[in-house]
Amino acid sequence: MSIVQEAALIAGKDLKIETRARVITQQILPFGLIVLLLFAFALDPDRGVLRRVAPGLFWVTVLLAALLGISRAFSIEAEHGARDGLRLSGLDGSSIFLGKAAALALELLIFEALLTVGVVVLFDVRLGSLAPLVLATLAATVGLAAAGTLYGVLAAGIRARETLVPVLLLPVVAPVLLGATRAWEASIDGVTSDAWPWVALLGIFAVLFVGIGMLAFGPLLEES
Amino acid sequence: MSADAVTAEAASTRGTDDRLMAPIARWIVGIATLVALGALVVVGLFVAPADAVQGDAQRLMYLHVPAAWVAYLAFGVTALASVLYLVRRTRSLVWDRVAGASAELGVIFTGLTLLLGSLWGRPVWGVWWAWDARLVTTAVLFFLYLGYLALRRVPAAADVRAKRCAIAALVAFVDVPIVHFSVTWWRTLHQKATVFNPELDAKIHGTMALALWIGVLAFTLLYAYLLDLRYRLETLEEDREERELEAAIADRVRGSAPREPVGATP
Repeated sequence: MSIVQEAALIAGKDLKIETRARVITQQILPFGLIVLLLFAFALDPDRGVLRRVAPGLFWVTVLLAALLGISRAFSIEAEHGARDGLRLSGLDGSSIFLGKAAALALELLIFEALLTVGVVVLFDVRLGSLAPLVLATLAATVGLAAAGTLYGVLAAGIRARETLVPVLLLPVVAPVLLGATRAWEASIDGVTSDAWPWVALLGIFAVLFVGIGMLAFGPLLEES
Repeated sequence: MSADAVTAEAASTRGTDDRLMAPIARWIVGIATLVALGALVVVGLFVAPADAVQGDAQRLMYLHVPAAWVAYLAFGVTALASVLYLVRRTRSLVWDRVAGASAELGVIFTGLTLLLGSLWGRPVWGVWWAWDARLVTTAVLFFLYLGYLALRRVPAAADVRAKRCAIAALVAFVDVPIVHFSVTWWRTLHQKATVFNPELDAKIHGTMALALWIGVLAFTLLYAYLLDLRYRLETLEEDREERELEAAIADRVRGSAPREPVGATP
């Protein structure tokens, strides 16, 4: 099997589990919408604050949801010796990484699409230029999923992983939050020339972490 | 038992070189550190003149800049040691310990850099904190390696932990330039630098530069000394853990073994 086929196999497995368990739709998505409500409670919705800071709030919410998604992605491997199964499957470490990261990225994209509807409806955001906005979202999501999968396997098997992953991951993905928020702001304001450098930065981050993940996932999975 | 005797015994039982510096080198570095720190106090506080614009607050730079330098040095050493651990040919727990000890010092000196900078910023900028690119990068750096230290504390078999931590250290190291770029762009796209205005960068006075260089030297020596100390502490801790484990096993074995009948021995 080629690396793509192997990755597709793993991603398919994760997505199948998710569609059956419905944790994403029944827990993580409502969580995101509740966070949007909480932001409205915390920041007075009448003064236009929400609309101005919506990109930042959106990406903070995505980060929080990503933490839940990562925890999910590795808790399904924790039961019934699934991690041993993965290790014994004969699949290459980098294709397992790509598969798990792809599944996580897809879940995050669905989450983001629905959260965008929430932001547009609740915070009265108008999306402006779509091209940089969509590309920034894609690049940021791939980067986030790759870094998240890397730290997820790093912390897999550690009892304190729920608290460890945020401490490790959040500083690392700080540039993603920064880049995605600025790119969204620029796109919403219609100043696309300001958005493109950020899209490039997000792209570099994504490529880098996909690369690191492919190299490091195998050795980490071996010994988790 | 003196500490040296413990070290010697540990070395004999473990058969590994569990110190970075020979005792004589440690003494020399320690004394040199004290001398350099003394010189820094004298030159920094008394010889160098007070800054024309910032007054005595500027003297904090003689600590702040060396602390920042040592922080970068320490994280560089952590990254290098992590690479050496990951490369199969040079793999040794020595590098893992060096990486951990150096990262700890790096976090301490990064914290010191932030603290000293904040103390300096209050009288000179009028604020404790500014969203300047360098400050933000340093803060993120601090948290990146704080996470690394948290990961190091997670109990695991020595080689599992070492590999996991080495990878985490390298990822953190690779992330630093990205953080720096993104933060710099962020601050320059939105507002021109308001705090580092070029007029403040007046020509540096001869004795001021001297104080700064002495500071860098003193802190670098201090780093080397503390690294050695922390490394030895780590080996002693590992050794103690091993011994406690052996004692516990021996206890368990003795407890579960059938008791010898009283009076059986003549």
